[in-house]
Amino acid sequence: MNFTIIAETNGENLHPTTYQLIGAASSIGSKSIVICPNGKAEAEAASIEGVEKVISVVGDCFDIFDGGAWSTALNTVCEGNILISASPNGREIGARLAAKRNIPIIQDIVSISEGIIVKRPIYSGKAVETLTVSGDAVITLRPNAFEAAGLGGEAPINTVNQSADIKISIQEAINKASERLDVTEADIIISGGRGIGSIENFSHLEDIADIVGAAVGASRAVVDEWGMPHRMQVGQTGKTVTPSLYIAVGISGAIQHLAGMRSSKYILAINKDPDAPIFGVADYGIVATWEEAIPALKSALSELKS
Amino acid sequence: MNIAVLLKQVPDTTAKIIISGGKVDENSVSKWSMSPYDEYALESGLQMKENNGGALIAITCGPDRSKKMLTDAAAVGADTLVHISDEGVTDSTHVQQLLAAAIRKYEVDVVLCGKQAADTNAGSTGPGVAEILEATCVTLVSEVNYTDGKYITMRPSNTGSEKVSTEGTSVFAFDKGTVELRRPNVRGIMMAKKKIIESITSSDLNVDLNGSNIHLDSQTPPPEKAEGQKFEGPEHVTTVVSKLRNEANVI
Repeated sequence: MNFTIIAETNGENLHPTTYQLIGAASSIGSKSIVICPNGKAEAEAASIEGVEKVISVVGDCFDIFDGGAWSTALNTVCEGNILISASPNGREIGARLAAKRNIPIIQDIVSISEGIIVKRPIYSGKAVETLTVSGDAVITLRPNAFEAAGLGGEAPINTVNQSADIKISIQEAINKASERLDVTEADIIISGGRGIGSIENFSHLEDIADIVGAAVGASRAVVDEWGMPHRMQVGQTGKTVTPSLYIAVGISGAIQHLAGMRSSKYILAINKDPDAPIFGVADYGIVATWEEAIPALKSALSELKS
Repeated sequence: MNIAVLLKQVPDTTAKIIISGGKVDENSVSKWSMSPYDEYALESGLQMKENNGGALIAITCGPDRSKKMLTDAAAVGADTLVHISDEGVTDSTHVQQLLAAAIRKYEVDVVLCGKQAADTNAGSTGPGVAEILEATCVTLVSEVNYTDGKYITMRPSNTGSEKVSTEGTSVFAFDKGTVELRRPNVRGIMMAKKKIIESITSSDLNVDLNGSNIHLDSQTPPPEKAEGQKFEGPEHVTTVVSKLRNEANVI
C-alpha cells in the first residue's frame, strides 16, 4: 500500500516534518508518493529513501496560502490514504481534502502501526485515543513524534500543472521585528514565567537560547500581564510544543501551561518552590531561584558548547 | 448580516479526566466549558454585530448537556441558539456536514469558530465546513472587521503577519487575540434563561450520516512517565547539564 504525502517546505528546502511523514509510512512497510506544492524541493523529496514517486504540482494558485485553492489543486493527484504534517497549514489542507473526498480525518497522531492503527492524544494529553482506520482517510502527524526517513532514494519526478481560484487577497505584509526561532519550530525551548520577576529578565533566557540554539517561550501570565508577544505563549491558548528539551524557568506549571508542553521529550524545571506542579511533569528539576540557577546554567552550557 | 458562531462544549481544562472500561467517563467530568478559542470567535462575532447590525446565531453540535453553553452565549448577546443533536455522529466529517447544513438553513453570511477545540485539538471544523459550503477560510485570525463588502483580518505568515481580505461567504477560525472577552451581566443572564433553543436533528437538516471507516478502539490514560530527578539547590546545575548531555542526549 502507498501513502500520499503532502510535502511542506521551510524556505527552499523540505521541512524536517516531511522526512518524518515518509519515515512513518516506511515504518509500516509502505511506500510514499510525495506531492510537492508548487514544485518546491522536488529534487530533495526524490532523494529520500522510501519515496516511490514525486509529483510536483505547479500553478499560480500557490502564490499565497489559501487552503481552499491549495487543496483544490492538490486533490487531483491524491490517492488513498493521505499523510500531512499537523502544522497549521497542514491541518487546514488536510481538513479541506477530507471534506472534498468525503473521507474522515484524524489530526495530530503520535503513533502509527500496521492495520492501520493510530494513536492521538486527547484532552490536552490527559488521555490517548487508539483508532483503527479501515479505508481511506487523511491523517496528520504531530511534528517530531516520528523517526525521519534517511536519504538514498532516486524517485522519478512528474510535474502537473493545476489552476485554482485564490479567494484571499493580501493587503499588507507585516514583518516581525524578532528573528528568533519560533517555539513550534525549535528542538529546544527555554520558557519563562512570572517567577523571573520582570520582562527585562527574559534577556537572560535569550542568552541561554543563543548558546544552545533554542527558542524562547513564555507562560500565559507574562503574555497577558507583561505584554510578551502572544506567539511566544506556550499552553492552552498558546502553542502546543513537542521539543526534545523544554526548560521551564519560574513557571509554576498551571494545568493550562502543562497542556501545551507536557509532551516534550525531556523537561527541565527550575523553580524556587519545591512543591510547584511543574516538578510533577519534569524529568529533571532544580529547586533554586532563577537568579542563582540561570548564571550557573549559562556557564555550564557555554563550557559544553565551547 | 447573519453571523454564525460555531461553539463546542469541552471538559474544562482544570477538570480531571477519568477513564473506565477503555473509555473516557464523560459523566465524571466535573465541569464543562465553552472551548477557549470559541470564546474569542464569539466575542468577535458580537463586535461584528455591534458594528454592522444583524443577528448572531450560536450553533453547536453535541449532546444535550451542550445546551447550557448556548445559554451562556445568549447571556453575552447571541440572538438565536441552535442545538444540533449529535446522535449518529461518529467522526468529524459528520459534524462538519451537520454544521454546514445548519449554516445554509439560517442563511448565514459569515462563520466564526475557534481554530481548534480543546478536547481533540484537531482544527478540522473551520476549514472542513468552509469546504462543504465552498467558502473561503482564513485560520489563526484574532480579529475580523467588515467594511465595504470585505472582511479584513490579520493572520500569521512566514515572515510575521499579514493583513488579508475576503469577499463572499467566509469562515474565520480564531486564535487567542488581544481582545478582552466580555462577561455577562445579571440582566443578560436572566434574559438568556428565557431564550428558546432550537433543537434540530440530522434528519431535519436532510443530512445522511453514512458509516465511518474510523473505529475507536479505546481511550487510555497517557503512558506513565518515569519519576523525575529533583535536585535541591543551584549547585546541582552542572550535574543536571551533564545528565542532559549523557542521559537524555538532548544537548
